[in-house]
Amino acid sequence: MQVNENFEPVIVAFCCNWCSYAGADLSGTNRLNYPTNVKIIRVPCSCRVNPMFILRAFQKGADGVIICGCHPGDCHYTSGNYFTRRRITLLYSMLDFLGIERNRTRLEWVSAAEGAKFAATMEQFTADVKALGPNRRLEDLRCRKQ
Amino acid sequence: MQRIGVFVCHCGTNIAATVDVKAVAEALGHEPGVVISQDYQYMCSESGQELVKSAIREQKLTGVVICSCSPRMHENTFRKAAASAGLNPYLVEIANIREQCSWIHKDIATATDKAIILGKAAVAKVHLNTPLSSMESPVVKRALVIGGGIAGIQTALDIAEAGFDVDIVEKQPTIGGKMAQIDKTFPTLDCAACILTPKMVEASQNEHITIHSFSEVADVKGFVGNFTVKIKKKARYVDETKCTGCGLCTEKCPMKKVPNEFNMGLDNRSAVYIPFAQAVPKVATIDPNYCMMLRSGKCGVCSKVCSAGAIDYKQQDTFIEQKYGAIVVATGFNPINLDKYDEFAYNQCPDVVTSLELERLMNAAGPNGGTLLRPSDKSHPHTIVFVQCVGSRCDDEKGKPYCSKICCMYTAKHAMLIREKYPDTEVYVFYIDVRTPGKNFDEFYRRAVEQYNVHYIKGMVGKVTPKSDGKIDVQASDLLANEQLHIDADMVVLAAAIEPDKTARPLATMLTTQMDTNDFFTEAHPKLRPVESATAGIFLSGACQGPKDIPETVAQGSAAAAKAIGLLCKNSITCNPCVAHSDELMCNGCSSCEKVCPYGAITYIDKEFRMPDRTTKVRRVASVNPAVCQGCGACTVACPSGAMDLSGFSNSQIMAEVDAICK
Repeated sequence: MQVNENFEPVIVAFCCNWCSYAGADLSGTNRLNYPTNVKIIRVPCSCRVNPMFILRAFQKGADGVIICGCHPGDCHYTSGNYFTRRRITLLYSMLDFLGIERNRTRLEWVSAAEGAKFAATMEQFTADVKALGPNRRLEDLRCRKQ
Repeated sequence: MQRIGVFVCHCGTNIAATVDVKAVAEALGHEPGVVISQDYQYMCSESGQELVKSAIREQKLTGVVICSCSPRMHENTFRKAAASAGLNPYLVEIANIREQCSWIHKDIATATDKAIILGKAAVAKVHLNTPLSSMESPVVKRALVIGGGIAGIQTALDIAEAGFDVDIVEKQPTIGGKMAQIDKTFPTLDCAACILTPKMVEASQNEHITIHSFSEVADVKGFVGNFTVKIKKKARYVDETKCTGCGLCTEKCPMKKVPNEFNMGLDNRSAVYIPFAQAVPKVATIDPNYCMMLRSGKCGVCSKVCSAGAIDYKQQDTFIEQKYGAIVVATGFNPINLDKYDEFAYNQCPDVVTSLELERLMNAAGPNGGTLLRPSDKSHPHTIVFVQCVGSRCDDEKGKPYCSKICCMYTAKHAMLIREKYPDTEVYVFYIDVRTPGKNFDEFYRRAVEQYNVHYIKGMVGKVTPKSDGKIDVQASDLLANEQLHIDADMVVLAAAIEPDKTARPLATMLTTQMDTNDFFTEAHPKLRPVESATAGIFLSGACQGPKDIPETVAQGSAAAAKAIGLLCKNSITCNPCVAHSDELMCNGCSSCEKVCPYGAITYIDKEFRMPDRTTKVRRVASVNPAVCQGCGACTVACPSGAMDLSGFSNSQIMAEVDAICK
């Protein structure tokens, strides 16, 4: 597939309040640059991310969705990220069924101390989604910008 | 109809330099429901907050969006400001346009676009915010200190001083920690034991302090103000209440070939032992790995000589459960294992020692009674080489990337003490940099160089080779003279990097606190909240948070105590109102939510419903205890009927944010 150089993907990042949101703040404090395509939504825990939210994002025109949580074993709520891991695994097979490339969704563990990892992850994910091109499969045409 | 106010902060130039704040305010002013949109130099300042407050009053706002720094920074500031102007604090939303926009982007046009989108998402969310009110939860007036080193002791003493009960859990048979092993302290050269042991005794005699020695934390449940902790008291095969600490059993024990961990394995102890003379509690402990009675059932000498009848070979591990309002972590540090450092011949030559081993070799209570002798042949060393940064400031896998902070100073101390006591001994110190920030620290180091003629050489030691004549060949480079050196040394002392105790990682998991990549506990804010963890009610004391010397450790121990006292003083604390709630009409009582709740906050009640035909029907529905719920939201996703929702992060609010971002 031809990569469109001018294509700027819309990327939604769900970050858990305790680790990844703090990690994102840290990458800001350290002035670590990552693409503007990434827009962060704060959730208390990665397990708050209902797979419905991800599908909704794709429907409304997102090209990629990334969920970031605490490392396994480090969840502020003890076990939340384990639920997330299972749910996202299940979601992958549903995305396959819907025909959405599973690389458009990613689950990453980023701790509050990993500002550099956060920036690098976002950089990489944006590049990957850019290479995949626009997401049109699930997009609600009525939502498309005129 | 919503009346929303948007306030865009310049944060000096922090935001305004890369985001066109006026354009953001202008764009958000056109969003539905927004009645006022302003920008201001410093929104968090007194006058900035006044701007928000007067707008709430004059415009009768029903929601506020602040486009500023991270909500982790100033969410509370603006919530309080809103509350003082009569608006429910949970009707305030923050759009993070500093940490997550202006600081990471350089192009003004794209950064401004992103800031507008983040602002729109916040406006979309605040449309759906509902007023929330907090509940109160009682505080148990008792603190737990995990670790009984100088950090833990200081914290416990300070909390006890304020009149609260404190328990110290220490995994070793005695409290005292690393400081008890140290001979002298820098930069005053006063004796460590002389200043530590009175504190240990004070802790044991304080009526508010209970010491659980030879114990470990097995499980932690609950939340701030109300933790339930299970403590495992390991079997020491000696009845603590009966043992008088006379030490007769340790003298008579026939098994005397046990490496003495208090002296870093440089000499031996008996199988039944008291770690050192000033141990607190002064109670004997039997080491089951070496005790012949416990291993083979043949011996029983200690039991025969004990006049108090304290020996109990059948003792088992016991568990106690206790409730606490606050927990202080003071798990401390250890020197790293040097097995991977073959170049320094640590495992091949007994005369290559770590600094902590040297500390014991020079200690009057150590293996040689305070005379510095080579471990191999007990001769007096004439040339001693110190190697700095062994495993510290290392960028490979073997070592640690950080500076261990204390090594430069204790090496200066060792060098000085050796030159003072044995003027015929030549001392060489190989260093990368000498780091001596601290009160009277640089003066101390300069004394070592100028007054005591310690040879400081900038350069790395490449290889340490034991020779057949008992000497040690140290091959090193002198970077300033640009030459290779060979020194015939009698002893080599390695300043091993320090790392957090191995028990810290599983403990962090139990406490649900965060750690950094080096397993040091992460503080809630690196500058402004250095002794609190991000988990409410858990405080950090001493080297478990990062490398520290004794004065800093004590200062942090007291600071952690002050924070814990601040919590224990309260009769109740305000709970987070962002908790789950279930829509009883939609709930079908399937128990999915109950199974995923990590706190057991969900129970089922039978509720009577009026049906459309005016009959009543009893159904089983979920009910959330808001005092126990911590608001993770696991149940909201598990619920198949969508009955569960989370206040403050509701399904519709997050969907609205998604929509605003994707639009």
